[in-house]
Amino acid sequence: MYDVVIVGAGVSGCAIARELARYDASVCVIERAEDVCCGTSKANSAIVHAGFDAQPGSLMAKLNVEGNRLMYEWARELNFAVLPVGSLVVCVSEETRPGLDELLARGQANGVPDLRIVERDELLAMEPNIADEAVAALWAPTGGIVDPFGLTVALAENAAANGVDFRFNAAVTAVERTSAGWAVHAGDDVVEARAVVNAAGVYADELHGMFVALADGSPASEAVPTVAAEPLQIVPRKGEYYLLDTTAGAHVRHTVFMLPTAMGKGVLVSPTVHGNLIVGPTATDIEDKEAVNTTPAGLAEVASKCSLTVKDVPLREVITTFAGLRAHQEKHDFVIGEVAGTRGLFDCAAIESPGLTSAPAIGVMVSSMVATRLGLAHKPEGSFDPTRPGVVNLAITSFDDWDELCRQDSKFGNIICRCCRVSEAQIVDVIHRNPAATSLDAIKRRTGATMGRCQGGFCTPKIMEILERELGVDASEVTKRGPGSELVVGRNKDRLPQPAGALEGGDAR
Amino acid sequence: MSAAIERRAIVVVGGGPAGLAAAIAAYEAGEHDVLILERDTQLGGILNQCIHNGFGLHTFKEELTGPEYAQRFIDRADELGIERRLGTMVLDISSERVVTTVSAANGIDRIQAGAVVLAMGCRERPRGALATPGYRPAGVYSAGTAQRLVNIEGQLPGREVVILGSGDIGLIMARRMTLEGAHVACVAEIMPYSGGLKRNIVQCLDDFGIPLLLSHTVVDVEGRDRVEAVTIAQVDERLKPIPGTEVRYPCDTLMLSVGLLPENELSREAGVELSPVTRGPVVDQSLQTSVAGIFACGNVLHVHDLVDFVSQEAAAAGTQAARYVMADAEEASASRGIPVAATDGVRYTVPSFIDPQRMDDTLTVRFRVANEFRDRYVSVYLDDERIQHRKKRVMAPGEMEQVVLKRADLLAREGLSQITVKLEEA
Repeated sequence: MYDVVIVGAGVSGCAIARELARYDASVCVIERAEDVCCGTSKANSAIVHAGFDAQPGSLMAKLNVEGNRLMYEWARELNFAVLPVGSLVVCVSEETRPGLDELLARGQANGVPDLRIVERDELLAMEPNIADEAVAALWAPTGGIVDPFGLTVALAENAAANGVDFRFNAAVTAVERTSAGWAVHAGDDVVEARAVVNAAGVYADELHGMFVALADGSPASEAVPTVAAEPLQIVPRKGEYYLLDTTAGAHVRHTVFMLPTAMGKGVLVSPTVHGNLIVGPTATDIEDKEAVNTTPAGLAEVASKCSLTVKDVPLREVITTFAGLRAHQEKHDFVIGEVAGTRGLFDCAAIESPGLTSAPAIGVMVSSMVATRLGLAHKPEGSFDPTRPGVVNLAITSFDDWDELCRQDSKFGNIICRCCRVSEAQIVDVIHRNPAATSLDAIKRRTGATMGRCQGGFCTPKIMEILERELGVDASEVTKRGPGSELVVGRNKDRLPQPAGALEGGDAR
Repeated sequence: MSAAIERRAIVVVGGGPAGLAAAIAAYEAGEHDVLILERDTQLGGILNQCIHNGFGLHTFKEELTGPEYAQRFIDRADELGIERRLGTMVLDISSERVVTTVSAANGIDRIQAGAVVLAMGCRERPRGALATPGYRPAGVYSAGTAQRLVNIEGQLPGREVVILGSGDIGLIMARRMTLEGAHVACVAEIMPYSGGLKRNIVQCLDDFGIPLLLSHTVVDVEGRDRVEAVTIAQVDERLKPIPGTEVRYPCDTLMLSVGLLPENELSREAGVELSPVTRGPVVDQSLQTSVAGIFACGNVLHVHDLVDFVSQEAAAAGTQAARYVMADAEEASASRGIPVAATDGVRYTVPSFIDPQRMDDTLTVRFRVANEFRDRYVSVYLDDERIQHRKKRVMAPGEMEQVVLKRADLLAREGLSQITVKLEEA
């Protein structure tokens, strides 16, 4: 019996778990995928939004601005990569300039610091590759870029280090009322808890439906916001992206957005914390919550729209394309609160952009809501450790420091991923952390291995060997991203008819 | 890391076929202070996983497997006592030829080299670089990665295979997968001609009844966790898929052989000028790059089809590197030479500059053509005068061509300003 079960180990779920770990409470995160950060959290623009976009007074506006502030603070405690590169919203025609002023006013109303309009000359100095049509831009110095995997993993590791349990490969199939609270059926398990938090991303509407079915009119708490016990619909909104090689990473220095025109919304062009250039996304509402495939139309749209704000984007330097699904809801605001008529069933739903930026603030808000409802007390002073050791990043380590690392562990001298400079030491490190990285993609998200220009061509077999050795498994059990994504299907010739007498022939293979 | 910087006459970056041949040639040219740096735990490079035969026909007049071919060079290097550091990856080369390495054994080391020979080879173009639409499941492998899994690890990457791209590794892997018990449905090639050697199409596809679909490409990859099917469509002259021609192939594996890219990250850091066509360094008749004392050979210079030619080219680079360190600096910093222009169906030449004063009596100029050609002449012009005119029945981008220039011819032309290699119809 836990105090709290959180459904979903995306960035919201992990942030809530980390913040709940400050309280004297038992907490469990259950996740349908094999690792943290496998849904919306892993495939997005990786932007720390400044907060000028959301409507003043909305929950989104409040949590964005607060999340932005906390993001930079937490990066120091939790050692994930965030860079305050600042963002520009570029106006490409004089007719739309009023829109820029409107955005400035909205940002100021939301409490975004240091916003101002930059005119073309200054803009050109800031971004030499800006489109010829650009006339001015809104400059938001508090905008930034973040490693979404690093952030989510850091939150999860810190939560785990402070006592939170994680269960993976456990999709929720049902929620039941018990005498003491709630029973969540997940995979082969039934997990009981006094409170359940729905942080299920694009599936949050289905879980919300299960919650609503359990509402019995029990009174709400005045101290806790409520969510109406009505149907909620989350629409998967697909966004497709190009990721370009680090050779193109300096094509822009800031995150460049386009001020929408009558022609449409445009796409962003931004450096990433890994040194790449990201271009996208599209926005297409779909039905299939698993459809993270890229499409010819989507990729063509990104390729054509990026030139509206930035000149000569070197798309030929593409190293991968990908698609992510935002958890879009019609009203376009976060849905956070206790479901009316239940006691202890909480929604944290419709967390679409700027959800990644808002995650720290969401963690604080939801944890305090749950703590209030359950009457949880803070842990005694000093018994919550807010820090988490980062994973070494050799790409930004000086040769002297690297040499010192090799003295401590010679595995730092054995490079596995040559494109991103990841050594055996980092890979072994993340395999043995909690939550553990047990697949190729889990290792990728934590170390960057396979993320470079060869996309795992050289290092995939080497990482497979390390996983086999460290986990004590056979190659056929090593996966790209959990059960069903095995990397090899068997041994050479294992289904060929064996020649007569082969065994007597002494062939030991 | 020791405080004192180590000094070596010649540092060869890479212990594959190019690095081995370069090191041996440098030693044989009289410079015995040669060091090979190899990131793998053994010498031989990619040849170690090329267990098929067909190597060495030019060099040894016999058909060897890749490991056998490599072993001949490793044996020779052993015989000469050429030093090598295995498990050692080069992290940086400065324009002053300071080479920084990392290894489990020694951590970070710095070496001041008299000359550097770049022999890092190439890598495969990945699926992501094609921006192929669809899902990104397990079971999408570049052919070389699959080759390593099968030939070195004994692991079968899949049972029902579609191959995109008809580069030589893809063709070789079509046969290999078949021999290991998998079924290869087809090889799709976006171009109207194959990117591989004719003999590989015959021996690896035709002999096994594997269809080669020219002017076809993959337009969709299905399967969220593991490949479940791919869709192949015909393309038009502009290489755009033609609607209505799609055919779906249920399979568990998509293998890619869609091009090799010289691996020049270190060259770029060293300030070496790269060719946008080959993506390898721009070199002169000595295979010297734009940075004095840095030479290049093998697949890092331009992608080869035959290892025999890699060995020949690398031996030349090694010899020139030895001459460089043994000569005085003045000769070394001579002018760049006469530009070699590649025109009329010739995509590039290696080298791109020739100084007749400093070339050997003969010089092999290697090149590739831009399309499939029949009954064309390969011509060499010294300024406006044609000095070579040789008919070739068939030329294709997948097969490297060469011309041999004579020093005497070049010296005989006063004020020579351009050498041109081109194709002519008559």
